[in-house]
Amino acid sequence: MTTLQYRRLEKKKFLSDPVLLPVIILLLVFLALFILYPLSMLMTDSVYAGNAYTLYSVEESTEEVKARYQEQGLRDLSVSRRSVLQIPSLEGLTALETYGRAASTTYMGDLLPEVHKGTLVAVDDQRPLLTLQAFPHIFRDYTFRRAFTNTLVLGLITGVCSTLVGLLFAYVDSYVRVRSPLMRRMFGVVSMLPVVSPPFVLSLSMILLFGKGGLVTRQLLGIYDSDVYGLSGIAIVQTMTFFPVCYLMLKGLLKNIDPSMEEASRDMGASRFKVFTTVTLPLLLPGIGNAFLVTFIESVADFANPMLIGGSYDTLATTIYLRITGGSYDTQGAAAMAVVLLMLTVWLFLVQKYYLEAKTAATLTGKASRARMAITDRSVTVPLSTLCMLVSAFVILMYIAIPFGSLFKLWGRDYSLSTRWYEQLFRQDGIKAFRDSFVLSLIASPITALLSMIISYLVVKKKFRGKGFIEFVSILAMAVPGTVLGVGYIRGFSGGVFHSGFLQGLYGTGAILVIVFIVRSLPVGTRSGISALRQIHPSIEESAYDLGAGSGKVFMSVTLPLIKDSFFSGLVTTFVRSITAISAIILLVTPRYLLITTRINEFAEKGSYGIACAYATILILIVYASILLMNLFIKYFGTSKQIREAENVQ
Amino acid sequence: MSSNKGIRLENISKIYTDPKTKKPFYAVKDVSITIEPGAFVTLLGPSGCGKTTTLRMIAGFESPDEGEIFIGDEPVMALTPNKRDTAMVFQSYALFPHYNVFDNVAYGLKIRKLDRHTIREKVMNILDLVEMEGLEARMTNQLSGGQQQRVALARALVVEPSVLLFDEPLSNLDAKLRVTMRTEIRRIQQELGITAVYVTHDQSEAMSLSDQIIIMNQGLIAQMGSPREIYYHPNSEFVADFIGEANFLDGTIKSVSGDDCVMDIAGHELPLPNPKGYPVGQVCRMVVRPEAVRIGTQGPLPCTVTLSCFMGAYHFYHVMLGDMLLKITDDCPVNKHTFQVSDQAFLGFEENCVHIL
Repeated sequence: MTTLQYRRLEKKKFLSDPVLLPVIILLLVFLALFILYPLSMLMTDSVYAGNAYTLYSVEESTEEVKARYQEQGLRDLSVSRRSVLQIPSLEGLTALETYGRAASTTYMGDLLPEVHKGTLVAVDDQRPLLTLQAFPHIFRDYTFRRAFTNTLVLGLITGVCSTLVGLLFAYVDSYVRVRSPLMRRMFGVVSMLPVVSPPFVLSLSMILLFGKGGLVTRQLLGIYDSDVYGLSGIAIVQTMTFFPVCYLMLKGLLKNIDPSMEEASRDMGASRFKVFTTVTLPLLLPGIGNAFLVTFIESVADFANPMLIGGSYDTLATTIYLRITGGSYDTQGAAAMAVVLLMLTVWLFLVQKYYLEAKTAATLTGKASRARMAITDRSVTVPLSTLCMLVSAFVILMYIAIPFGSLFKLWGRDYSLSTRWYEQLFRQDGIKAFRDSFVLSLIASPITALLSMIISYLVVKKKFRGKGFIEFVSILAMAVPGTVLGVGYIRGFSGGVFHSGFLQGLYGTGAILVIVFIVRSLPVGTRSGISALRQIHPSIEESAYDLGAGSGKVFMSVTLPLIKDSFFSGLVTTFVRSITAISAIILLVTPRYLLITTRINEFAEKGSYGIACAYATILILIVYASILLMNLFIKYFGTSKQIREAENVQ
Repeated sequence: MSSNKGIRLENISKIYTDPKTKKPFYAVKDVSITIEPGAFVTLLGPSGCGKTTTLRMIAGFESPDEGEIFIGDEPVMALTPNKRDTAMVFQSYALFPHYNVFDNVAYGLKIRKLDRHTIREKVMNILDLVEMEGLEARMTNQLSGGQQQRVALARALVVEPSVLLFDEPLSNLDAKLRVTMRTEIRRIQQELGITAVYVTHDQSEAMSLSDQIIIMNQGLIAQMGSPREIYYHPNSEFVADFIGEANFLDGTIKSVSGDDCVMDIAGHELPLPNPKGYPVGQVCRMVVRPEAVRIGTQGPLPCTVTLSCFMGAYHFYHVMLGDMLLKITDDCPVNKHTFQVSDQAFLGFEENCVHIL
């Protein structure tokens, strides 16, 4: 069977489209340059130990020796006070061996032990030395080992707790009759808060409420030695931040379980608890695993919370940051750690994406045939909803603490209201911080939204080579912790691409921050774009194509309008994620730019909680406003409603 | 309308890979079709027979692995769908949900960069033709299925393609509307004299619409011909069975004279045309339609009734003729004798209705 003609024809058709190829090439370059390249630089860094050379001769640096060396044709590589002569070829070798000690030892980097002022050294050509030594080295390193175990323990605790709390909420939401409208609203608020909230806001309020000078611990309970810093603090904060993700995931799955299955089980004599353990839970199990892994990855990649509330409990993300910014400036060690962290998250991500997601889809597909009869039994509803209420109240309390923190004169001492923190904020660099954050995020959002829609369109609707690569890389970026990306960018761009000086101007500019924003949000946008596009019947685009429109025209006139909602939400999500981002940014930002999040971090580290809260309050307001704006926009200009109705008619 | 063009497929093959077994197989194999300008041709067959793939290759959505495709005299294989002079009506209508009726129909004209007046005029004319005038401001989700179908048809027609392609356009409509719409489609196609290729698995649609029917099975053309030819002279059991109801009879040739022969069917001798020139003694399979079998108290072939069922317009029987089961529809049964199960009855065949396969 021959498929040659088919290939030839498809290629011809493909090439006859004026926009397709350039767009794909552009995308490939972007993804390769800004995702794959920095990560691969990290990989090489972790195995690249520096340049190695063999030392052949060490002699006193006298005029006579110099002359002799020059006679031998040795190139003078003398750097400042060190005189290093390089052997241009092996021919010089035999001659040299007659002199000196001709010690053929391999040395690395600048570490020439015997070279000091007044010596002449002959070495051969430098060559890169690749070794996996950095890995055993860091694994022997106590700080790293501790950080590694800390990260895993934290991820495990956060993963389990978030999944459990998320499951509780999802179950109550889908199964239990909740009468009070207040509670319903609370569910909505709690599930939206982590989206709105910048990272480490909860850490901040944790310190304010339960820290040494905490409102609850000190003022209300009179505990003077309360310690929120450390594992328990991070775990609580991360659980509160991440459980809504689990809640939303599991809620979606529970909605898909056909109630008839549970009714059948009940009909055959099972108690409610039995129904839950024998029907609901097994059906949900892959989904629970999925939720667990997602939070595990989030927790492992989280930088801001461990940074702020971790105290001496260092995780991989914070350790890497400290290695880079701290005194030691151990880039190879940091790179190796970043590679370990990257491997960990990527591995978990692959398990989650290709194994658990497929399993979830296999057990829970399709829609429930009809609505579920809510449980009204008071012995079930009362304890479960009380538990939910308590958690919700706790979360809301934590968020309320932030604006109050910015309004009190001095937290812990003087609880009278004042605007001094805001005044101070605006007197100092507040305006600039907000402007910089705002402008950079605003630039990143439309680019990301458009880019992710184009990627989804190509991935879902087009056939071409390299499609798998585009999809994989743009989704993979989701698994890359911000810290790792930040280190990758430092290594990859500080000296230009491949240290060649190409694109060197990028490093330290706002452009690189915008690019980081784009890369960090691309997977989210692409994901939502892909799922939105899969809903659109292929024949709609085919008919436009058939009527004479080229790929570019089809995309602009049919595809994009149909996934407008996804585009808008990509726009706002990127904006929100960018303006609240910290992990990668904190490594790349230069004094030229002040960002809100890094300011909050600085002030919180210094203990200036009032002004940190003021920043955070305004940030939350900005984010909340943009989400409101998005919802309004989708409500009035969105297309999903029309499409849904159209599908119903058909 | 623009000049209508014929279509020529020369030895077209399309290979797909089975997603489960990973083995390649022919979805369409060595198909050659010539369609005259202005003809209405139906590709008919069970699902998976390759008819839609063939249509999509004409439109340009799929590229054939072997063969050539011509529209008019132009080879079009390397052209993308937007560069081919075809317009397709999709099974799901594929209307743009974000446009109203007018903008849907005007889409192709806007792509062709016509000026606004011409666009307005053409769209209004075509909406008139499909009897959708006055609804141009509606959103597509405010239309019934039949109306959406008309808009889809108008959208394809308005760009004045040389070839109109239909991909099971009526399968989402209810039975009555299907009948109305297919007469509409035929009327419009004849009015414009446009070349049309129509894919369906519904034989009554194929019969009522087409100048020519192409029956496909497992990627191959099973038979081509006018509806009449295919109904009365199917060339295989598959075609006979697929189009209409069919009874199969086995018999032996007793004698041959020229193009005719005498067939022995369960002891009864029947003179039949013998186009394939089978020799004496050859065991043959024949096809006869249920409405071409007469049942009565007298006749050449005795049989036993095994099912008797009053259907209104006709009475339906199963009878055993020797070891062969025959289905019989006895039209207008009001003044006729009705047989009950296990009754003895007699059969005869209408003239020219028994056909040797």
